[in-house]
Amino acid sequence: MPYHEMMVKPMRDEVTRHGVTELRTVADVDVALGPGEGTALVFVNSVCGCAAGGARPALALALSHALKPQHLYTVFAGQDLDATARARSYFADFQPSSPSVALFRDGEVVHFVHRHMIEGRPPQVIAADLVAAFDKYCSPHDAAKRG
Amino acid sequence: MSGHVFHPGHEELHGVTVVVESPGGTTWVGRYHERNDRGVLLHDVATYNPASAPENRSAWIERQLKFGIRIDQKHLVVPAVDAARIVRLLDWKPLNE
Repeated sequence: MPYHEMMVKPMRDEVTRHGVTELRTVADVDVALGPGEGTALVFVNSVCGCAAGGARPALALALSHALKPQHLYTVFAGQDLDATARARSYFADFQPSSPSVALFRDGEVVHFVHRHMIEGRPPQVIAADLVAAFDKYCSPHDAAKRG
Repeated sequence: MSGHVFHPGHEELHGVTVVVESPGGTTWVGRYHERNDRGVLLHDVATYNPASAPENRSAWIERQLKFGIRIDQKHLVVPAVDAARIVRLLDWKPLNE
């Protein structure tokens, strides 16, 4: 059952203040993740301690990196149920977990950070994983090669 | 105080996804809750059964690592006698394969 909105608003704000767009409806998700080119990150937010202590601070750190995905999105698991389910439908073979992070390139998931890669790890380590993926998949040179 | 800062008073593995191996080869991957006289309580559990699985255990665990946990049961107590080895999923390496 979703928590009261007043309680989760700071958790939403902790993500959106870094320029990440919230997807609150199925239509929002389809517009954001539907067919298209380029790179996009989807952060699956959560009320759990892993999100508070690991995932959200790690996302903030990673987004301070010079190179990052062209589009930044978030859904809130356990809160925006339909939007989260829809976002997960784009994650292909990757099992649902929260918090988690999916990195898309040209509509395909190219990197996934599962909850088990977040649990108990310091934000700096999680961020380093994300930054490495940004460097691998989001470089301008790579984008130019793809035309 | 034992446990993670967000899990005060719990064991270090509380809330962490682990691999639990039995002497017979059956293996579980799930989120550790606690170990008591009955066994190990896990949440969101995937089970590997060597008798029926189409792949070896290493391949199965690698798949859980890459694609996430394919949950068979929300909660499971692995009997104490079956919990021969408990390792964090991220740290898991085969012993004899």
